[in-house]
Amino acid sequence: MHIHKGERLWLTFAFIMMAVFLAVITTAAVVDGVVPPSRVQTIDPTKVSQTPPFDKPGLRKVSDGEYEAYYVARIFSFSPDTITVPAGAHVTFYVTSADVEHGFSIPETGVNTMVTPGWVSSVAHTFRTPGTFLLICNEYCGAGHQTMAAKVVVE
Amino acid sequence: MAVTVNRDELVSRASGDLLALTHIYTATLVLGLGGLFGMLQGFSRANLIVMPDWFDYYRMLTAHGVLMALVFTTFFICGFFTWSTYQSIERTRSVTVGWIGYCVMLLGTAMATVAILSGDASVMYTFYAPMKASPLFYFGATFLVAGTWFTAFDVLENVVWFKRRNPGERIPLPAFLAATTFIMWIIATIGVVIEMLFLIPWSLGWTPGIDVELSRMLLWYFGHPLVYFWIMAAYAIWYTLVPARFGGHIFSDALTRTTFIILLLLSTPVGLHHQFLDPGVSSGWKWMHTVATYGVVFPSIMTAFAVFASFEIAARRAGKRGFFGTIAFLPWKDPVFAGPALGMILFIFGGFGGIVNSSYSMDILVHNTMWIVGHFHVTVGGPVALTFIGATYALIPKLSGRKLFAPQLALVQVYLWFVGMMIMSTAMHWAGLLGSPRRTSDVSYFGAQGAATWHPEMLWAALGGALIATSVLLFIIVATGTYLRNERAAVPPSFEFAPVDADAMPTPAILDKLGRFAVIALVLAILAYAGPVTQELQAHPYLAPGMRTW
Repeated sequence: MHIHKGERLWLTFAFIMMAVFLAVITTAAVVDGVVPPSRVQTIDPTKVSQTPPFDKPGLRKVSDGEYEAYYVARIFSFSPDTITVPAGAHVTFYVTSADVEHGFSIPETGVNTMVTPGWVSSVAHTFRTPGTFLLICNEYCGAGHQTMAAKVVVE
Repeated sequence: MAVTVNRDELVSRASGDLLALTHIYTATLVLGLGGLFGMLQGFSRANLIVMPDWFDYYRMLTAHGVLMALVFTTFFICGFFTWSTYQSIERTRSVTVGWIGYCVMLLGTAMATVAILSGDASVMYTFYAPMKASPLFYFGATFLVAGTWFTAFDVLENVVWFKRRNPGERIPLPAFLAATTFIMWIIATIGVVIEMLFLIPWSLGWTPGIDVELSRMLLWYFGHPLVYFWIMAAYAIWYTLVPARFGGHIFSDALTRTTFIILLLLSTPVGLHHQFLDPGVSSGWKWMHTVATYGVVFPSIMTAFAVFASFEIAARRAGKRGFFGTIAFLPWKDPVFAGPALGMILFIFGGFGGIVNSSYSMDILVHNTMWIVGHFHVTVGGPVALTFIGATYALIPKLSGRKLFAPQLALVQVYLWFVGMMIMSTAMHWAGLLGSPRRTSDVSYFGAQGAATWHPEMLWAALGGALIATSVLLFIIVATGTYLRNERAAVPPSFEFAPVDADAMPTPAILDKLGRFAVIALVLAILAYAGPVTQELQAHPYLAPGMRTW
């Protein structure tokens, strides 16, 4: 099949561009483990408050500088409401929903995941600079969605 | 050709024209309502107004999304492809199936709209379970989709009739583009119809719960090809009708068909790129869908080449050279050209933003932020809407034989839309990069520090939204003015398919084997989804009960 010369050049350029994009994304995923949060475990959404560790949501210290934070998203709040960690802390968040679909996002940190009833979401972040970070629900969940927020304080 | 047209064919053509025109006018009025809601949202998010309880923000946002993304586009596309099929296949035909489709779509739209406006379905156009809307909403959405199947059947039946009558001949290009789009659409809508088979009994209280992750997969199996349903109709106009506005040609018949075949094959197996942050989908399948999405970039890149080539070739034949020569040659004062052309400029931003969104880990930065809202306003709200509006300015006079009312207003309208959309979508993209969430009535978060940078962007977005809403108003004035004024055009208004360029290569016969490509498209869709759906069914026996949280 004959293809116009200009078109061939244009398609070659586009092909190289997309191949570079794919290589970058794939390298970041394989080498640095930069992958979207996926398939941690399932949970019965009607029994979240009886299921450990979500029966007692909150921050757990694993070792120096290493923390795990367990969150329950419920219309229209997060539990816990506030956690406090030292600067440099690496925090792994585990979140689940006790009712509808929610979001879990700390803007400008790369902490961002959907929270789906029936599943536990997990995402990790190192908080290097002190400050108060806003944690918000970023998936519409009902009439009070715009008020659904919590805080991460880094000291 | 004209000498062979008999009376039956004339009657048949007039009834086909009326069918298409009714679709186009319906789309126009829906755009007017959706545009009003859009503007109120912009003002509301910028804290300039507060919506009353009896017509709250989320109800209005759901109405805006459903009316614009699902209703306006679908009515226009069904009307347009019905017209382009009828126009390119000469035949004495019945339009009964087309009318049944229209009525079923209209009934579905009415049901869903009543459910939304009464406040019983503030669930957004994505209607994520386990938020449970009234059954009326799910029935309405199902009828809207079912109505399109009648239109699809009508278009495909005409193409099959043509093939039987003319063995060895190529399917006329406009009918080919319509048929390819509807085959893609039928494969895509299977997903949402299966989802409805879960949602409807559940909303009626017959089943106790819903597998949320599965319902999300079924939605996005449909949700991304929905985007291509819009895009393919816009591309069909760019390829076949826009060049005729400046005496140009279709760059290549073969390239146009190839583009649509790739869109047919790759529109569906990419939906998981809307679910990169879903906890229930494995990272391997997410990566696979990234690769497939990168593949579906190519037909758009080919379209950009072919459409701009058709501009340049026509300019050269008129003795104009170079970039500025081509720009000066094009008919920027014709709204039928300027609408789609301005849309193409917006789509440069829409296309590149789309690559970011579909890039696996990069999506983490923008997922569910205003960036996404900015993105789809320079895709469906830019190239798609401006192309449909531009085409409407030609189709209404052509189909009704009326003179277009206030053509200067029409010209102002498309430029105003372009400027408004540039301002609004730039502000939205930027707000998204700053972390501002979408689908939120208020971004102040009680004055929280992290939210301080978002409000100024919302003011810019409200300004852009006001310009677009003014533009929508002008569009409604021109469209309804044309109808009410009822002034017969002295010369029959033209909206003709451009001829194929004489230098273009011949079209290989294989490209017309639509049945074969349909089977491949279906196989690809199954391959892309069998894995993640099986994983979900194996992993996850928990069902979520429905609830009303608004």
